[in-house]
Amino acid sequence: MHGHCGLFFTSYRAEEAVFPSPVQRVWLYAFLAVYLCLPFFLNAYLVSILDLIHIAIIAAVSLNLLTGCCGQISLGHGAFLGVGAFAAGALSAAGWPFPLDMLAGGAAAALVGLFFGLPSLRLKGIYLAIATLAAQIILEYVFLHAGALTGGSNGLLVEPASLFGYAFDTDQKFFYPSLAVAAASLLAVTNIMRSRAGRAFVAIRDYYLSAEIVGVNLFAYKLKAFAVSSFMAGMAGALWAHYLMYITPEQFNIGLSISYLAMIIIGGLGSVLGSVFGAVFITVLPEVLSAVAGAAGQLFPDVSSSLLAMKQGVFGLVLVLFLIFEPEGLVHRWRLVKAYWKLYPFAH
Amino acid sequence: MRLLEVDKVTLTFRGIAALLDASFAVEEGSITSLIGPNGAGKTSMLNCISGRYRPDTGTIRLGGRELTPVAPHARTRLGLSRTFQNIALFRGLSVLDNLLVGRHARMDYGILASILYFGKARAAEDLHRRRVEEIIDFLNLSPYRHQSAGRLPYGVQKRVELGRALSAEPRLILLDEPMAGMNLEETEDMARYILDLNEEWGVTVLLVEHDMGVVMDLSDHVVVLDFGQVLAAGTPEAVQGNAAVVAAYLGSEDASFLGR
Repeated sequence: MHGHCGLFFTSYRAEEAVFPSPVQRVWLYAFLAVYLCLPFFLNAYLVSILDLIHIAIIAAVSLNLLTGCCGQISLGHGAFLGVGAFAAGALSAAGWPFPLDMLAGGAAAALVGLFFGLPSLRLKGIYLAIATLAAQIILEYVFLHAGALTGGSNGLLVEPASLFGYAFDTDQKFFYPSLAVAAASLLAVTNIMRSRAGRAFVAIRDYYLSAEIVGVNLFAYKLKAFAVSSFMAGMAGALWAHYLMYITPEQFNIGLSISYLAMIIIGGLGSVLGSVFGAVFITVLPEVLSAVAGAAGQLFPDVSSSLLAMKQGVFGLVLVLFLIFEPEGLVHRWRLVKAYWKLYPFAH
Repeated sequence: MRLLEVDKVTLTFRGIAALLDASFAVEEGSITSLIGPNGAGKTSMLNCISGRYRPDTGTIRLGGRELTPVAPHARTRLGLSRTFQNIALFRGLSVLDNLLVGRHARMDYGILASILYFGKARAAEDLHRRRVEEIIDFLNLSPYRHQSAGRLPYGVQKRVELGRALSAEPRLILLDEPMAGMNLEETEDMARYILDLNEEWGVTVLLVEHDMGVVMDLSDHVVVLDFGQVLAAGTPEAVQGNAAVVAAYLGSEDASFLGR
């Protein structure tokens, strides 16, 4: 961020901007302009992947705030999403309009997250991970057995989101509300990370004894991290409910929690941009593998069924290779590439 | 005026006394050193003052206010700050952010204002950045401002930690071996910073240090701990001449070391 040639700051405010250079801003606006037009040019399948990416970005960036920035490992994030999804679904069925039920879903998830964040007072690292795993299991049980609210194993039908009578009922239409919430989440976490609360979070992660000495109330800030993170996860869940229009308890299982952890590890722990990279990568990879397996199946029809089965194995293999060759995440690779092009064609 | 009063503090770990009826005081505006052999209870004493440990009996008062019931994080607001024996920086944050987080207790906007980063929060960030830049200038940290703290040389990290403690605008700063592991030049720089922050900024210093030359040169007042008890207290000269200190703390044949 610092040391761009020809970029000089004359105020602290200019230096603290998210995109300090005019060139960055032009590229950002150009990208947004093109991106906003994409639903008109892509088919429903491709847009549906983008919609899923938006939801994954919200979940990943919220988990990155909690785990990557504040150092509180959560294995229950998928269940927090579920709380938001079922709360929004139930409220929507009770007649609440779309953005309100999403916010209420976020609030419900924040309360649940706050409750399951309480053990973080005493538990650290791997022990806290186990405590949040318990949260995952308990919440899954509640989803399955609180039939009056969640529909139990039958699941819950949810109306598509609509605003002022306009229903976002196709993949193309859903693109915009999901993008708006994703962008707002990214901005919110970016702002947290460049201000008082975000510094306190990283302080807790890096050296909690010193954090206490500089005046950070450890317990209060850990709970704040849990609440804000689960609030965003709950909103992601609400969007999920409105998008799929049918939610069941098994959608929010431990596998979902793990996949969000995979996103932030592969993208880059503690990095907002890394959360985006990770969300895109983990969402797109299975689709790419399916396409490859499908194409290979055409060439070798005899083994097409085993090719599809190999998909899962390849998925795992790619993740392991990533951890070995890029342990600091995609965002680190991105920085290296940027540094390379800044100096090109000179090596130093 | 006495800024810090430690009165009959006893701290035990499963029956073993780390501190036993230890009493001493730190005058406002002074540099007071706490010395003693390894295991004498110096760091335990600092931990009691900063709130990491809670003494079994006894009282600690800062500016007349009883500290024992105050939570550790709330003591920063009362004007207490410290550094650690081994470097305890936030490795993932830049030097600038390390110092800004040091001002945490001096800021008062909440997490919602953080999320919006508008108006009050922005104005506060600007204001506190200005204060932190003064400390960066004072400690000559400007070349490292945007580097992450974990990648800096050891001596610089020690300085950043001093800066972080200073940015909380403490009345009393506790320094736990600020010169440990430093070469002569770095030690002299650090001694200069400690004198300056005491004389120019008016910060009272409680210093734990093993380098006797530094202790005797800097201190207005020296407190000697041994086996958790205060063995002697007084001016550096008085402590140097105290036979009990010389015998118990440095060994009787090593006496010349004190007068280095």
